[in-house]
Amino acid sequence: MAYTENELAKDLQNQEYKFGFVTNIEADQAPKGLNEDIIRFISAKKNEPEWLLEYRLNAFKTWLQMTEPEWAHVHYEKPNFQDIIYYSAPKQKKKYESWDDVEPELKETMKKLGISMDEQQRLTGTNVAVDFVMDSVSVATSFKAKLNELGIIFCSFSDAVQEHPELVKKYMGTVVPHTDNFYAALNSAVFTDGSFCYIPKGVRCPMELSTYFRINEGGTGQFERTLVVADEGAYVSYLEGCTAPQRDENQLHAAVVELIALDNAEIKYSTVQNWYPGDAEGKGGVFNFVTKRGLCEKNAKISWTQVETGSAVTWKYPSCILKGENSIGEFYSVAVTNNYQQADTGTKMIHLGKNTKSTIISKGISAGKSHNSYRGLVQIHKNAANARNFSQCDSLLMGDTCGAHTFPYIECKNSSAKIEHEATTSKIGEDQIFYCLQRGISEEKAISLIVNGYCKEVLNQLPMEFAVEAQKLLAISLEGSVG
Amino acid sequence: MEETKKFHERITTDGYTLVLPQGLRKKSFEILNETAFPTTKTEAWKYTRTTRISNGTFQLVKPEINSVSDYLIEGLQGNVLVFVNGFYQAELSIIKDTKGLLVSPLTETTQEWINAHSNQQVQLEGEVFNALNTAFTTDGVSIEIAKNAIIKEPIQLIYVTTGTAVLSSVRNIIVANENSDATIVMGYYGERADSNFTNVVTEIKVKQNASLSIHKIQHENNTNFHINTETVSQDRDSRFSLSTSTFSGAIVRNNVYVHVDGENAETNLYGLYLTDEKQLVDNHTVIDHKVPNCNSNELYKGVLDGQSTGVFNGKVFVREQAQKINAFQSNGNVLLSDNASMNSKPELEIYADDVKCSHGSTTGQIDEEAIFYLRARGISEKSAKSLMINGFVGEVVEQISNEIIREHITKLMAKKLGYSFE
Repeated sequence: MAYTENELAKDLQNQEYKFGFVTNIEADQAPKGLNEDIIRFISAKKNEPEWLLEYRLNAFKTWLQMTEPEWAHVHYEKPNFQDIIYYSAPKQKKKYESWDDVEPELKETMKKLGISMDEQQRLTGTNVAVDFVMDSVSVATSFKAKLNELGIIFCSFSDAVQEHPELVKKYMGTVVPHTDNFYAALNSAVFTDGSFCYIPKGVRCPMELSTYFRINEGGTGQFERTLVVADEGAYVSYLEGCTAPQRDENQLHAAVVELIALDNAEIKYSTVQNWYPGDAEGKGGVFNFVTKRGLCEKNAKISWTQVETGSAVTWKYPSCILKGENSIGEFYSVAVTNNYQQADTGTKMIHLGKNTKSTIISKGISAGKSHNSYRGLVQIHKNAANARNFSQCDSLLMGDTCGAHTFPYIECKNSSAKIEHEATTSKIGEDQIFYCLQRGISEEKAISLIVNGYCKEVLNQLPMEFAVEAQKLLAISLEGSVG
Repeated sequence: MEETKKFHERITTDGYTLVLPQGLRKKSFEILNETAFPTTKTEAWKYTRTTRISNGTFQLVKPEINSVSDYLIEGLQGNVLVFVNGFYQAELSIIKDTKGLLVSPLTETTQEWINAHSNQQVQLEGEVFNALNTAFTTDGVSIEIAKNAIIKEPIQLIYVTTGTAVLSSVRNIIVANENSDATIVMGYYGERADSNFTNVVTEIKVKQNASLSIHKIQHENNTNFHINTETVSQDRDSRFSLSTSTFSGAIVRNNVYVHVDGENAETNLYGLYLTDEKQLVDNHTVIDHKVPNCNSNELYKGVLDGQSTGVFNGKVFVREQAQKINAFQSNGNVLLSDNASMNSKPELEIYADDVKCSHGSTTGQIDEEAIFYLRARGISEKSAKSLMINGFVGEVVEQISNEIIREHITKLMAKKLGYSFE
């Protein structure tokens, strides 16, 4: 008998989360709860200047007056914000001077996660500079010296605050202000670390920059902030990956990512999100509430690519503000949900400048008892003459207990704009599977083939090393169906 | 809420009979007192402000008009019922004895019939305009098509609003029994009307293997407000088509709720809107597929000029058990002016896997190259544009199967866009 949908569903349920281990390393933590003292504690720990503390306290005041958003198509028990540890750092005696100083436990963790920080052992040609963030702080950054030669700044957010306060002060909060939304305000108040990247004028970053986020300690939340600035004519490709240990509790991850592409600059931002999704019964898992937004000046281009496979609940809308003339925004997304996962994700393309273009390709796959929603906004403002948008949002359903939803908002205020949106929802065609079976391809392989083909448009956008990883991840997420 | 309470208390009802059951009306007033008018923060009213309605003071006024010849569709021979400001005008109506058809104003319908068929699926809680309609309905039509009856001649319903700051509160109840077939045209017109508010609720029941087509024409001129709600329930093997053609109105809002309760049913919703000046036309549709093996099809197209605003929000639900559903939804818009705007929100909410659902939405302008092509062949720019627009929205008009009604709507379209074809 052929491989049936029920078997597939069973296999999907039994698949294991491969990054569920915990690293035994002593952590330096703040007490549970959230109040002004905790914020002052975090700020003091990080030896921050006065203006940043002010910024945090301001954000905290704003946050207190906000209510949690409920419009997303997700249901979950709201986190108790007083029951979270807002600062947790792997204990380190002093700052690492070199890679050799890093504790063996940490090295082991990275090895397990498949991250190689060892610059010497890398093959030439597959250069990726990595910033590793565990719980609240950045642990290590590789290839710093090489990037320095070109004037590229790539370091943890805390280091940037110490070493380049003028840049941080100038750009932080300009794209995602602390008043933006509930989680952005929370992040602005309590963020602990993250990555900072600055590419100077006209420089093309020779390697992929990458940040790896990992939640390790229980009861903690992860609140990181990423700021990428590409000065005029610069180019950078940035990667982000995340995992967390298997725990019964729901851990909160509320990040803010700001991208700024000045005139003629280009930023490519890729994410492979694989936070712990909870078990087959829907217990545990990470709440992923992230605000990501980029600003494009003249002729600039921002491209978001995301492969979302993890998290119990995802609430994420990487957006582009196309402010400058001729600027381009792109969004490529594959979102896979399984078991009791819920994802409400999509993008916003705000067209302000003339001749701005945007492309949205979103592929959702739902299996098990999960719900996968695309929610997007395409907004053409009055002055955005000749603006152009193309959106395609497809959903694939596997099994009859999951849901796929599409909520696009299309607002047009200019008569020369052209907007196209199309969406389809279907399951894998029986005729497609039949065709494969006829040619001696097993049902499982056939599903794998079809799913890979379905996501190809998005996977093709990923840098090579990541595309391989993403494909593997898709396979793990839908294990039993994808070979 | 205070605002809603004051609003309905400003409406004087002295001397007029209100037709819906007393208990239902009482409940509606209770709901009105507790419910606020929707604001742009209300998701379903995100793009439509109702303050111009909620700030108004409206009266029920029973006037007489002399003739409806301007609104009659030439060539149709069936029943005609005329309502002015929500009151039935017997002398202008033509009721013919038709086999298998019961048609009369609600004021002349038995209380038992009204009790049995009213408020089957009309949501009152939280819906100010539905509650308002239920509380203040002065008249409307009751239509029952008997089992196996085929009504060849379309029924014409003409609703005229006239005067200033008048509220017309109309409730229509239509029941199409098993294996029946009928077509209904509902025309809403304005005559020397200013700042009037027409609030209509139509309840439609399409029983097993019945076929019902309804064509709505909205032409109340650009100073009046119009809110129209249709609730439809479809039994198995039934076919239901609704076309909505909007030509004028300051604020026009259509809410269409289709509950597909029986298998193998077919639902078609078509919409056409031509707007100019400061018009706002808002089309909301919900098709709720609760059972397997059904088809639904939606096509809405609009041309927006002046400072007008268009809104389309279509939602298709496919419930957990509803396998083998084909649902298509399409919305196309052309903006003719930089001050016009269009907001489109086609939504799919799907809980079953063996379905084929798609939606598409486009907003753009008339293809310059096509205009050039036509002009190169000696066709004036105006005619060329007219041809293109005609072709664009023509797709919607083509779906109307009755030729006489189709011609009538085509003529109204040509008049609105200011062109004529032989």
